[in-house]
Amino acid sequence: MQQFLDDLAKLYPPDRLLTERAQLIPYESDGLTAFRMRPRAVVLPDVQEDVIETVRMCHIHGVPFVPRGSGTSLSGGALPVHDGIVIALNRLNRILSLDPEQRLAVVEPGVANLSVSQAAAPHGLYYAPDPSSQPVCTIGGNVAFNAGGAHCLKYGMTSNHVLRLKVVLPEAEVVELGSESLESVDSDWTGLFVGSEGLFGIALEVTLRLLSKPEAYHTMLAAYRSMEAAGDAVADVVASGLLPGAIEIMDNLTIQAVNQSLGAGYPPDASALLIVELEGETDQVNAESVRLQEIIRGSEAYSVNSAQDETERAMIWKGRKGAFAALGTISQAYIVQDGVVPRSQLGEALAEIDKISSHHGLRVANVFHAGDGNLHPNVLFDGSQVGMLERAEALADEIVEMCIRRGGSITGEHGVGMEKRKHLASLFSEDDLKVMQRLHRTLDPQAIANRGKMFPDSLKHLR
Amino acid sequence: MKPTTPLEAQQAVLELPTLMPISGGSKAILSTPVDGAAQLDMSGMCGVIDYVPEEFTFTALPSTPLTEIRDLLSTHDQYLPFDPPLAQRGATLGGTLAAGLSGPGRYRYGGVRDFVLGIQFVTGSGELVRGGGKVVKNAAGFDFPKLLVGSLGRLGVVTEVSFKVFPAPEAHITLRVDYSDMNQAVKSMIRFATAPLNIASLDLEPPGTLWVRLSGFEDVLASSLERAFILAGAGDALQGEQERDLWRQARDFEWIDNDCTLVKIPITPGRITALESELQNTEAIRRYSVGGNVVWLAWPSDKDGLDTIMHRLRLVGLRILGQAGLPFVGVRSPNVFASRVKRALDPQNRFPPIV
Repeated sequence: MQQFLDDLAKLYPPDRLLTERAQLIPYESDGLTAFRMRPRAVVLPDVQEDVIETVRMCHIHGVPFVPRGSGTSLSGGALPVHDGIVIALNRLNRILSLDPEQRLAVVEPGVANLSVSQAAAPHGLYYAPDPSSQPVCTIGGNVAFNAGGAHCLKYGMTSNHVLRLKVVLPEAEVVELGSESLESVDSDWTGLFVGSEGLFGIALEVTLRLLSKPEAYHTMLAAYRSMEAAGDAVADVVASGLLPGAIEIMDNLTIQAVNQSLGAGYPPDASALLIVELEGETDQVNAESVRLQEIIRGSEAYSVNSAQDETERAMIWKGRKGAFAALGTISQAYIVQDGVVPRSQLGEALAEIDKISSHHGLRVANVFHAGDGNLHPNVLFDGSQVGMLERAEALADEIVEMCIRRGGSITGEHGVGMEKRKHLASLFSEDDLKVMQRLHRTLDPQAIANRGKMFPDSLKHLR
Repeated sequence: MKPTTPLEAQQAVLELPTLMPISGGSKAILSTPVDGAAQLDMSGMCGVIDYVPEEFTFTALPSTPLTEIRDLLSTHDQYLPFDPPLAQRGATLGGTLAAGLSGPGRYRYGGVRDFVLGIQFVTGSGELVRGGGKVVKNAAGFDFPKLLVGSLGRLGVVTEVSFKVFPAPEAHITLRVDYSDMNQAVKSMIRFATAPLNIASLDLEPPGTLWVRLSGFEDVLASSLERAFILAGAGDALQGEQERDLWRQARDFEWIDNDCTLVKIPITPGRITALESELQNTEAIRRYSVGGNVVWLAWPSDKDGLDTIMHRLRLVGLRILGQAGLPFVGVRSPNVFASRVKRALDPQNRFPPIV
């Protein structure tokens, strides 16, 4: 290890090689604060060559590395490894090119998600995936965990927007996957790399597809007296043949939190709040909004508001996107779940979560992507009390198992990371996992790239 | 061999030293085994297993004909947004996925890679493996569904696939604009691609015809067309059966001669002019699709020279229709990521090589 650290010191000046306790503490955890681990060192490369060289050194010395962007992972995806290093990619934050005619942006992994849309805006373009953490979360992390967001309904997740990647594999080989074209004539190697949770190496350059900014939005807020009624309205909207850009729901606990901390001004008595956003060509959106109003009028909504301008629209979204952070004001700690159920089972699934929550005696705040069945039950607990974390985890586990039982998934957009590893074996068969692990080990025989993520240690016998 | 269950498919893979899966055989080049490999006839695994209209998802066996799926979905006003080609020629769902083919309608919402949700396949070691799932959003495990798109039977034998679908647009209308040359047409195409219009398909045909297909509510299309007309400065509108036929012919390649090789070449709008100048004095018939992101090129089978052009422009293409032969033309660079994935999924090299 000392030899390895000495080698690192030759590559990095002291201010970009962190080894002191005080320097390392900020890197001990990510968005999943229940997990902590102090790395041996943190390096801050500012050019691609240094990332490649660092990976090469890790490969030679057999030292595990964890790539990290802004550390917003909610699944513990950027949790450091004991006796390993963190490669912090924040300084690789250049937008290398932006081609408005071909609607492409080539960016480095440390570029923040929102910066891409900001750079594209003067050309009438934007980058579609919009995780709640989009002002800070980085494209590199988005690629590693196939990040989603509220607007995945129509245009998909990160994977659907990455055209080409330049990556350094765990054995320090550099390869290019995909091309600048939307079409391809080979296996979808890019598609396999996206969402591989850092196990296949580090993306050094990412070519993103940009979309034309919708000309018009119609953003509607409807309040309901029960979660079930809101869930039914979602089913009606989906079945109507409309294709909204986003369909979101939040429950009363979440409404309280965002009203309190963000002044969102949502109807405080609502048991459930539904947000539906239409987008596209002005005349089409206007026509669709008439149809949407009819559907919502036919539902049990007791209050309906539509954003009249961009400020009102921004206000509606401010509450939704700030919801996770706002929950921090009503609870000392919380676990964010990310399970998916078939959308026709939304109502039943929410009722079951309610039952599980009362059974465990802990509050669960629901704020989720209703349109695609992606739940975000937030299990609220007091982490300062002994045994509470375990209780919250037990509750969260039951919710995940419920999602699997209903034919859904353990994660819609946060990834497996550290947090959902134990559920992987309930979702996939032994053969599925054996092949996934064989693939992992063929690309990374020493398992040094983001070691310990995705696969539980209990599966070692399958390798 | 003709398996009818996943288990039989596993047994077949383990019994055959080298093999290539085929289903509908509509793309002969991609389903003709080479070097003495056996043909694994998947046509016994056919039919839709599960279709839940209110979920907008379905699961089907690999040899289900595209026409069957299209007809089933249309009973609920739903459709496959990636607009799969060659349905009339008998193409199947599994073959379309393995060949990685999407049609002109792919322009609006994405290709076959963007709509596949889950997959079940047999590896070269005979394991039956699932990836992805049946719900519309999923980030668990490695993305095998996408990996198998375009895999040409080289990584596994697909035994089941799940897709998401969308509500079908209420109506379509197409604007045809004839420009004096390709340069003008390409410029106009780029203007359309960056305009905030509901464009379903955007195709380009030498010597200078631009096809803009608009979709939406019936009573809104007139205003969309008006805007498209202003953007183009000229053009003729087509609708109804004539319009539908036009896109069906494009999608099913009715415009190519039988003695041609049809090649799919990914490209970008910015490189069209360079390719066009190379093709000027050839007999190649071609159609640019998906806003200039792919060119479908019909090359006379008895003529050489395409490979040279492709190399000069550093392009790669996949042969879809025509006489049997190697699938790829043009430049393919070795890729260590790909060869490792191949080694993990097909360690005994039972399936065709990836190079």
